[in-house]
Amino acid sequence: MSRMQQILRQIGHQVTERLWRLGFASRFLLMTVLYSGTALKRFHLTIREIYFTGVLSLIIILVSGMFVGMVLGLQGYDTLQRYGSSEALGVLVALSLVRELGPVVAALLFASRAGSAITAEIGLMKATEQLSAMEMMAVSPIARVVAPRFWAGVISMPMLAALFSAMGVLGGYLVGVKLIGVDEGAFWSQMQAAVDFRQDIMNGVIKSFVFGVLVSWIAVFEGYDADPTAEGVSRATTRTVVTSSLAILAADFVLTAFMFRGI
Amino acid sequence: MRDIFLPALLPLIATSAPADPLVQIRDLNFAYDSRSILSGINITIPRGKVVAIMGPSGCGKTTTLRLIGGQLRPTSGEVRVAGQVVHECDDDGLYLLRRRMGMLFQFGALFTDMSVYDNVAFQMREHTNLPEELIHDLVLMKLHAVGLRGAYKLMPAELSGGMARRVALARAIALDPMLIMYDEPFAGLDPISLSIIGELIRTLNDALGASSIVVTHDVHESLKIVDYIYFVSEGKIVAEGTAEEIKESQAPYVHQFVWGEADGPVPFQYPARPYGEEMMEQPSKPRRWWS
Repeated sequence: MSRMQQILRQIGHQVTERLWRLGFASRFLLMTVLYSGTALKRFHLTIREIYFTGVLSLIIILVSGMFVGMVLGLQGYDTLQRYGSSEALGVLVALSLVRELGPVVAALLFASRAGSAITAEIGLMKATEQLSAMEMMAVSPIARVVAPRFWAGVISMPMLAALFSAMGVLGGYLVGVKLIGVDEGAFWSQMQAAVDFRQDIMNGVIKSFVFGVLVSWIAVFEGYDADPTAEGVSRATTRTVVTSSLAILAADFVLTAFMFRGI
Repeated sequence: MRDIFLPALLPLIATSAPADPLVQIRDLNFAYDSRSILSGINITIPRGKVVAIMGPSGCGKTTTLRLIGGQLRPTSGEVRVAGQVVHECDDDGLYLLRRRMGMLFQFGALFTDMSVYDNVAFQMREHTNLPEELIHDLVLMKLHAVGLRGAYKLMPAELSGGMARRVALARAIALDPMLIMYDEPFAGLDPISLSIIGELIRTLNDALGASSIVVTHDVHESLKIVDYIYFVSEGKIVAEGTAEEIKESQAPYVHQFVWGEADGPVPFQYPARPYGEEMMEQPSKPRRWWS
């Protein structure tokens, strides 16, 4: 076999492997949705996971949101004052956060903090035969372990993104109004006039919901599909963060293209 | 020693069982892709008996348990449990069958985010509508049977290996199964824990009127408690018999295994080319991490 044939064969193998894995992951998502009865009927299982994935991610989300808003306040003021429109700082901070930075950065942080934890937990449960034990007890691990974690991620993500944006606006306010001295009335009134509920806030919520589905799906799938060894769990955790981050950024581009075209 | 266990087990004692075998494995073959793991396996597990499946690591013992539990599908042949062919059951049928089975995994496989109490109560809460007061009594009864009633508040991380195995055993018998499967129950235990687990396997089986399958390579502990033994080597049954027959056996493989001889039908050396030929060869380059 010539060198070229070998290369083509390897590429073909890699592509087939990726497609097969994508198909398997899609089937897994379908199964998770179909087996969600337990997670929704016994909602305390999902609430417990919301605590671990959502509530315990609050600190990193709130602190990051505050800092991102403060940086936006500084950078935004620097640009706007060149054109004599520093009163529009509130608009710049709010729109940047609600449309883009809130959903995207919160999702990236969520993938690193909660997504990796979900993958590691499910992967370790697999490695220590806890999932097999559950199957042998006639309890579906997808219904009992995967679905509550998946829905917890989907529910938590929009709330975390909203809190991130709120803290960002607060950070922008503190820097712009309290530190630099932008007029407080102009800051809030221009923001209120410019931010549209459906066009800006709802689109941001839709984005964060989609990111929540993506991150939770990738996290539970990677955990469930991890090789049951220390190395396998470590690789799966890394894959979750890398794949989720790329998926968030790619999905953000697609969603933005659909939502804000022509504006 | 049974005097220690029997009083705790009295509430669990079951009535007599039908005479047909509980598990029948016929002409069972199993392969991962093209790699054969089991070939032509025939095993019968009578009701009320404790049967051991022994053999060296990697010979297919755990695979046999997974085939009985329906976690794997045979390439050919069949496994019947209580008259039902396991691989022909649909998902609901398989889950119904598994509710009547208990399995003890090699290292317990306790749910690490739940306490000892919640681990034992897990199946009761999942499969029954029993009130919490009754579940409380049942959990304490099961834990009392394995001698760990006082440890019900502990988390799995706070248990020793032997204690974890006993909690897993209490969890395995939570719904009074007809079949209890043990995957290497003696692995890594100190002599006291080992003896306790051995005794519990026997006494729980008799008290519950269940049947037990013990997959192990611990010959001496197993011979004390089991009724019948199958020896598996390279995916085939190579010997079988009662504990006495096995002890007396002069078959080379059984003799080597029972008496722990380093060389025999199972060779000490991994298959290799002639020693001299290999020594004269140039050493191969060490494998790099990127290769």
